[in-house]
Amino acid sequence: MAAAAPRLAEERVGQVVLPGDVLLLPSQPEEDGERLRLAPSGPQKGRLVCGPGLRRGGEGLLVTKCGLLRYRGPAGQAGGGTGSGSGGTYWVDSQQKRYVPVKGDHVIGIVTVKAGDIFKLDVGGSEQASLSYLAFEGATKRNRPNVQVGDLIYGQFIVANKDMEPEMVCIDSSGRANGMGIIGQDGFLFKVSLGLIRKLLAPACEIIQDLGQLYPFELVLGMNGRIWVKAKTIQQTLIVANILEACEHMTAEQRKHAVARLSES
Amino acid sequence: METEQKRFDSGDLPALRRILCEQGLLSRPDGSASWIQGDTSVLVGIYGPTEVKVSKEIYDKATFEVLLKPKIGLPGVYERSREQMIKKTCEAVVLGTLHPRSSITIVIQVVTDAGSLLSSCLNATCMGLVDAGLPMNSLFCGVTCALDADGNITLDPAMKQEKEARAVLTFAIDSAEKKILMSNTKGSCSVEELQQCIAASQRAADTIFQFYRDSAHRKYSKW
Repeated sequence: MAAAAPRLAEERVGQVVLPGDVLLLPSQPEEDGERLRLAPSGPQKGRLVCGPGLRRGGEGLLVTKCGLLRYRGPAGQAGGGTGSGSGGTYWVDSQQKRYVPVKGDHVIGIVTVKAGDIFKLDVGGSEQASLSYLAFEGATKRNRPNVQVGDLIYGQFIVANKDMEPEMVCIDSSGRANGMGIIGQDGFLFKVSLGLIRKLLAPACEIIQDLGQLYPFELVLGMNGRIWVKAKTIQQTLIVANILEACEHMTAEQRKHAVARLSES
Repeated sequence: METEQKRFDSGDLPALRRILCEQGLLSRPDGSASWIQGDTSVLVGIYGPTEVKVSKEIYDKATFEVLLKPKIGLPGVYERSREQMIKKTCEAVVLGTLHPRSSITIVIQVVTDAGSLLSSCLNATCMGLVDAGLPMNSLFCGVTCALDADGNITLDPAMKQEKEARAVLTFAIDSAEKKILMSNTKGSCSVEELQQCIAASQRAADTIFQFYRDSAHRKYSKW
């Protein structure tokens, strides 16, 4: 009774799953895995992606983390339970504090070591990330970026896997900074849970919209749970920081109420 | 101190003492849990995956470190042996290969010991690991059984029952197949009695896993 009997993955979307749960997938009859595909047809239709907190095992997917099961349809639309046999992505949305580097994530790192050609950055993971001095916009061998120990850097992972040291860059593929680089001297950095960061980074996030009505401020969100804020005065900076920190335990109404009270004063 | 225990009986399920659990109560560790089972109470903090000392680094899996702090005094031989048991249990369940060259530190603080301490530590550790979000292939729980002189089995014994018992057996059981991950026995018992204890523990494990599930539901319901 306690260990939930294996059930179809689509039935459990939006529900709490625990490590050890098995999610069954609808069988795909036409698949003959032995034969090599001659024509490279890009991402095949009906390919199922197994996101964070899930592993392939036995007859379906094995849950490895506690959280809410999520599903996104193959075309990118947040599909309900409609025919996951045609592919899509399943993942577990869990609340945790420790960051594990993921390729492509934008994070805020703190420079800890300046060693010749590379900087070492603390990103909150199990290993420090490396950042080349050439990985900044407009940097050349002659024109080095001015980076000091203790500086905050907003960058992106280009190498992040369990077997290698994570590597970051502050330019995109076309060599532009695109918002990345050294974060200015003042401002305030604090940490929140990874779940809250994901919530804040979701498109059309209500929290950010509510706060934006108060007064102008700058905000940098790192996927590693770090948030940097800067407003016109220190007081305003702290107000934004406190609200963001408190969002974790507040309902939407409580937050709206708090913001409304602030905008009056 | 512990007199008439109120046990929760649900149908034909074996009786366990009252269970209480709170997750994420500490701010500094990556995962934490407090576990109360009857009058026994333990607090666990989990750090990981974090940086590891070079001397302890394992190139293809995570290094586990378990620290069991007694209520008073310094940890001794008894604590060390318990640490090893908990460590081996965690290694069997946590997918350490996903975080090679990193360390996972589990710190367990005994708050009150009123019997079934090892099983409480195991349960607290599992809740802590779930809270920390470490990848696991199944959950696990600890169940202690006491066998009295007549061969009657008491599940989750209190300190007094444990002292009077002929044999005290503790098992760690996984949630996927209800298999034994670890066992620790004290005293003498026959093979049949051992089998009976295992069967009783496996039934009791269902209650604990259901409790895990309910507390996870509660945690994520307000998120």
